[in-house]
Amino acid sequence: MSSADVGTAALVVGFGTALYAVGAGAYSGLTGRREWAVSARRAIYALLGLLVLAMVLLEAAYIRSDFSFELVAQNSSTDTPTFYKLTAMWSSQAGSLLLWVFLLALFSSAVLFLTRRRLRDITPYATAVLGGVAAFFLFLMLFYASPFATLANAPAEGNGLNPLLRHPAMMFHPPMLYTGYVGFTIPFAFAVGALLKRHTGPEWIRATRRFALVAWTFLGFGILLGSLWSYSELGWGGYWAWDPVENASLMPWLTGTAFIHSIMVQEKRGMLRIWNTSLIVATFMLALLGTFLVRSGILDSIHAFGESTLGKPFLVFIACALVASVALVVSRRNDLRSEARVDALLSREVFFLLNNLVLILICVVIFWGTFFPLISEALTGTEESVGPPFFNGIIAPIALVLVALSALGPLLTWRRNTWKSLRRAFVVPLVVGVAACAALAVFTTAADSLPALAMFSLAAFVLAVVLQELTRGMRARRTMTGESPPIALSRLVGRNRRRYGGYIVHVGIAVLLLGVAGSSSFHDQKDVRLAPGETVKIKDYEVTYREPTVAIEDDRSGTGAPLSFGAVLDVRKGDEHFTMRPARNYYPSQDGRMGPVGRFFGGEATSEVDLRWGLKQDLWLAIQPDLRKLKGPIRRGNDLPERFAGQAIVAVARSYVDDPPPAAFRAIVSPLVVWIWLGGGIVMAGALLALWPSPEARRRRVTSLYAARLGRELSRA
Amino acid sequence: MDPSRKRKIRLVVALSAAVLLATALVVVSFSAGTSQLLPSEALAQKPDDRFELGGTVVDGSLEERGDRLEFEIQDPNGSAQIPVVYSGAVPDPFREGREVLVKGELEEGQFVGNDMTTKCPSKFTAE
Repeated sequence: MSSADVGTAALVVGFGTALYAVGAGAYSGLTGRREWAVSARRAIYALLGLLVLAMVLLEAAYIRSDFSFELVAQNSSTDTPTFYKLTAMWSSQAGSLLLWVFLLALFSSAVLFLTRRRLRDITPYATAVLGGVAAFFLFLMLFYASPFATLANAPAEGNGLNPLLRHPAMMFHPPMLYTGYVGFTIPFAFAVGALLKRHTGPEWIRATRRFALVAWTFLGFGILLGSLWSYSELGWGGYWAWDPVENASLMPWLTGTAFIHSIMVQEKRGMLRIWNTSLIVATFMLALLGTFLVRSGILDSIHAFGESTLGKPFLVFIACALVASVALVVSRRNDLRSEARVDALLSREVFFLLNNLVLILICVVIFWGTFFPLISEALTGTEESVGPPFFNGIIAPIALVLVALSALGPLLTWRRNTWKSLRRAFVVPLVVGVAACAALAVFTTAADSLPALAMFSLAAFVLAVVLQELTRGMRARRTMTGESPPIALSRLVGRNRRRYGGYIVHVGIAVLLLGVAGSSSFHDQKDVRLAPGETVKIKDYEVTYREPTVAIEDDRSGTGAPLSFGAVLDVRKGDEHFTMRPARNYYPSQDGRMGPVGRFFGGEATSEVDLRWGLKQDLWLAIQPDLRKLKGPIRRGNDLPERFAGQAIVAVARSYVDDPPPAAFRAIVSPLVVWIWLGGGIVMAGALLALWPSPEARRRRVTSLYAARLGRELSRA
Repeated sequence: MDPSRKRKIRLVVALSAAVLLATALVVVSFSAGTSQLLPSEALAQKPDDRFELGGTVVDGSLEERGDRLEFEIQDPNGSAQIPVVYSGAVPDPFREGREVLVKGELEEGQFVGNDMTTKCPSKFTAE
């Protein structure tokens, strides 16, 4: 039996196991029989084991380049570097489905293990939901896109991984996105369980809050990695294009952001229950939609959807899940009544609600814009699309409001605030914000773009709010305990990780948006054709094309390209002086008509951008060499006997360097881009801080377990 | 004011805000939208403004002239084709036989474009 058969068998058994988990979980939920819930949980563990096996088998096939696997032949090859052999799995339809369901089984097992002694009423149904989602993905793999499909005649060489995907960020970007998508399945499943059982208190939220936060963190990080890839690998120099697939990943992140805020209102005040359940349903649906959009081919996108057969079953699944969830929420509306009312408009809960509405508004705009081609075709008959100006124009002002809210929220207390307390909380940050605004307007050119100036000032405001909160908390702690300032600060943060983690996230988002505002408002770009020795000026840089370069079997970035043409450029900025080396990698084409030599020059090519990072601004350079002059030498090389092809390629490549034609360059000066990535880093740090269990929570858990045991023993006695 | 009346007012305010926003969104998107046409549709409608011409780059039609690219775009089923003169950034995956979306306008039977999106056949190849 081959390893492909074992893999298929693992998927078949996994499908059965997942269905069993659905049945056993639902039966236990209906009858309340505990042993079936335990059995369903163990079925999920078993599913995880089977999927680990399947993943290992597939990755092993990639590593040993077993081209009898259709998938391996399609997107790997013997000359693909090992690192990219490993990542090639999720650049394929079937492989990415396997990754999805593997992550789902991993998360499901983790949450079911952690709640094995808690939430006994909700977990059976939640297990059934998790099993059901897993079963759907296994069904797709078994009947539509099998990762273990084999070829009767294995080719000698595979197609290789798409050159564009050969970037380190691509190792982590898809798994992170999927972790995010999958992670939101957990709170969704528990929400469904809670609704079915009509136990709609905060228990399911407490049990799955961390998972929502993990999902949110990973999804955000995945989106950011995708932007970084776009900026530093794709030859256009931007980090966000409002492409349908990008939008699809941003939408669940936005509703997820709303969710992790509004569940706090439910935990603290028992309000917004319908809202929370609806939000998690929406988030899960948008996560499914995101997974679906990449595979459906219904919207045009640079993300390349070859038409595939998965669209229909996926759409049916999303529709069924949506109808069932909405019906469930509606039927339970009486159980979802709020325990409390809004006391005052100036309260934290109201501002949380406002922040939610703003996030949802952004999400609705993105949804509308993304699906506008379909909407307009349905309404008017012609397909129309809206581009980045539409999104930027609407979303930029809303984002400003959002950042302002993120600064105001932490300053307000729950229930109600007095004007006096508000004044005390607001004076310092407001002064800082206004001062920053004035300083920027006077000393810099920031005032040329009002949205950018507004965003910079708001970022200063947010920073001031958080610093003020930290110093106030530290002072209060010092008066009580008499600790030294650093100890008081670290204990303060350590004991309230969720709160201060959240504040740090707010700072990170403000910094990130500051980078976005700066780079989009003050962006300079030049497309020029330069011959060696010629110079182009962009902002305060003087860029001179010194000489062409060629690398044969020696690609600097390790992507495995046999040929790479580039340039050495001298850059001068005042007294500063440095060189940059953008290049363009050429991957051999599989098209025999180009000839044994020609196919090395006529295949896919990708830009290898060179970037000079800076806190103030980046200089970004890409080159598009002009290979038209090589046509003659290539033709002569093609006519040579095949065994001379190697030498001919080297000779042709050298002839480019010996007599270089002008090459096309794109130079971009983008201010403050680095702050996007730094802000992202701050967000991650804050999220990790919020996720880390505090020592007190751990102690509490131990004590409560002890108390429970004591209680049991006493009742027995 | 009694609470039920207050709630009713709040509901009306919220709903009208939502309706207002929705109308704004519809109006803005329809005025900002550019239509996407296949060569056969473009030839039939002859639009005056900018639009996006989508289709397959005809094999063997690509020629480079200085900074400009000249090629033909045809319907995926091969029925109609339009010659394109393109100047602007060329995305990495652009190639003969690929599906592209070019933004520009029709001028005397030629499509003059300066912005291009390619559908690269990479990520999830056709089954």
